Amino acid sequence: MSDNALPPSPARPTVKRRGARISLIWLVPIVAGLIGLSMAVHDWMNVGPKITITFRTAEGLEANKTQVKYKNVVIGTVTAISLSDDRTHVLTTVELNNSAAPFTRKDSHYWVVRPRIGAHGITGIDTLLSGAFIAADAGSNEETTDRFAGLETPPPVSFGEKGKRFILHTDDLGSLDIGSPIYYRRIQVGQVVSYHLAKEGKGVDVEIFINSPNDQYITTDTRFWNASGVDVTIGAAGLKIDTQSLTSIISGGIAFREPNYSPNSKAADANAEFTIFDDQATALAPPDGDARYIRMRFDQSLRGLVVGAPVDFLGVNIGKVVSVDLDYDTKTQTFPGIIGAVIYPKRLGAANDKLEQIGGKGDPDEISARILGGFVEHGLRAQIRNGNLLTGQLYIAMDFDPKAPRVAFNPKLRPLEIPTIPGSFDKLQEQLQTFVDKLSKLPIDQVANNLNGSLVELQKTMKQVNGDVLPQMRGTLQQVQKTLATANESLGEDSAPRQQLSQTMDEVQRTARSVRVLTDYLGRHPEALIRGRTGDAAPGSYKAAPSSREINLEPEQ
Amino acid sequence: MNGIPFAHEHDVCLCHTCGYVCPAGTSTCPRCEAPVHARKPNSIARTWAFLIAGLIFYIPANLMPVMFTTLFGSSSQNTIMSGVLEFIEGGSWDIALLIFIASVVVPCLKFVVLGTLLVTVQRRSTWAMRERARLYRFIELIGYWSMLDVLVVALVAALVQFRELSTIEPRIGILFFGLVVVMTMFAAMSFDPRLIWDAEVEDV
Repeated sequence: MSDNALPPSPARPTVKRRGARISLIWLVPIVAGLIGLSMAVHDWMNVGPKITITFRTAEGLEANKTQVKYKNVVIGTVTAISLSDDRTHVLTTVELNNSAAPFTRKDSHYWVVRPRIGAHGITGIDTLLSGAFIAADAGSNEETTDRFAGLETPPPVSFGEKGKRFILHTDDLGSLDIGSPIYYRRIQVGQVVSYHLAKEGKGVDVEIFINSPNDQYITTDTRFWNASGVDVTIGAAGLKIDTQSLTSIISGGIAFREPNYSPNSKAADANAEFTIFDDQATALAPPDGDARYIRMRFDQSLRGLVVGAPVDFLGVNIGKVVSVDLDYDTKTQTFPGIIGAVIYPKRLGAANDKLEQIGGKGDPDEISARILGGFVEHGLRAQIRNGNLLTGQLYIAMDFDPKAPRVAFNPKLRPLEIPTIPGSFDKLQEQLQTFVDKLSKLPIDQVANNLNGSLVELQKTMKQVNGDVLPQMRGTLQQVQKTLATANESLGEDSAPRQQLSQTMDEVQRTARSVRVLTDYLGRHPEALIRGRTGDAAPGSYKAAPSSREINLEPEQ
Repeated sequence: MNGIPFAHEHDVCLCHTCGYVCPAGTSTCPRCEAPVHARKPNSIARTWAFLIAGLIFYIPANLMPVMFTTLFGSSSQNTIMSGVLEFIEGGSWDIALLIFIASVVVPCLKFVVLGTLLVTVQRRSTWAMRERARLYRFIELIGYWSMLDVLVVALVAALVQFRELSTIEPRIGILFFGLVVVMTMFAAMSFDPRLIWDAEVEDV
């Protein structure tokens, strides 16, 4: 104590005293509290709406683990999964983030993303490892709700995508499905969004979505046609297979285009309505306009005439058969066929315009009755003709036949009835029938009997010939052969007569030569006949005319 | 008690750094110039402050996720307790116990012990003073073992980075947990165990 005693200091060092009663150290818990509080507040603020989504199955979903994502951004988590009261579906409680408020709009969609293999490819492959998640798509409705029905398949069009929706009418859905592609010049520009039966179940309304900017190509004159499957046509140019894409073969598709000439078309409004045609050709054909229903009565078999068979007018297809029925004629006790058909006057083109002018004013039915009446007067007749000899398909041809017997035309009758004449094939059949009838009238039996007798006679003669004539013939022939052999012998090269003949011929030749010399000599010296031969005019001095054969002069006599 | 006088009876105090006996009232040690005080200044208040701060931080540390695991695309967040439960469900009782002790038992023990010490000191209780002193030393010893959790997360997050296959990322909870450990250690440091014995003497 004494050794290390401090030197006595005059003034004791001042002792530091803290002035503040409350230590600054308390700032530490205050700051901690503030941080904790701020986090609590932040959490509380971030707690978004709680919604319940119903699904058919909770496959792949897990409470507190499965996330709800929108564009792959987590917007919430599944907090509980339970069965509904009636145990038909699963209730999934989801806590959304505060920022996910738009996802409580009434038309928001929720669906479970799982690996899916479809005609449009494979989706959700990443969920194989990570497990399923719930995908969300916000709606646009102002009203909100906390109960949603989860979709089983992803919606084809997500909210906010630019484009237009249109409604297409069709008789039946065919192979179309939600997500089926829409093609424009074979480029996919949209897809089928939904479909439902039209009112009263007559047809199907298909809702499609065309993505922007391709929606501008839909005009008021655009034609849609079913591009599903493969279109195989065998024509003069050979086999032609036409299809839009592989996808459309499997899952169907719709294609559209506007006719090459459509001057008055404007861009179509959203939700405009169109019709789906069966194929491109019918789709792009000029509009048929109003149909007129006509009726025809045929007294012949209607086998091969089907509903849909074409109706030709001078070779132009103007309509089709819509009904094939039988009638009963009590007078003749026959069953005439009644053919109902629709014709599209507009298909006549310019002719129709002129006819309408001629037809005058009034009810369109009346006008057409008037026009048709005039035609019938001039010999307009319907006829069933054979379109294809192989398949036996028939069509109805309307032609002018001036020779046709006059028929009364009733313009008041509805539907209008067109008089008919038997078909060309029918005529041929008739002619064939008469020919066969005539053939059957021939006395074939009698002829055959006569022929039979003659044949017996012939057989007898032949027997005689064989027995008597032939052996004699053989003897004669042998005789002839002998004679010929003798002749051959006598005419041989070394035979005596031949030698003699040769000598004789030489003699004759010589004689002829001397005669010629004599005649020549006499020609020059006719006086020799009287005077005899003079010495100077020896035949040796004569020079014969040039000849192919050299003349051997006779030795002087 | 045993005749040896108390330092304050002689108006001296001990320098904590170099052990020099300084006259009472000096602010710095004349030999090593370290600050000199008879008791840790404001010990009880500081300990209380750090203890409360630690307690506050302990709430988010347990509520917030400490770890974010992505394994083959399936991601999950774990709080401390959910991790423990997961290990129990997985059958790893030992690891679960280890984590439970390091991250739940030890911090809680520290809160309780420090709280008890502070209360008894403030009430100048003479109850089981020797045991309390031992308890304090024990607390100081095990204090940093709580950092085990933080270290595990830091290590695992650094090691498990296989991009798509599996990733582990630390989450905000572990920061709070680290703060809890730091706060409790500060609390333990600011507590002056001599205060336990001051209860024997009336006028300190």
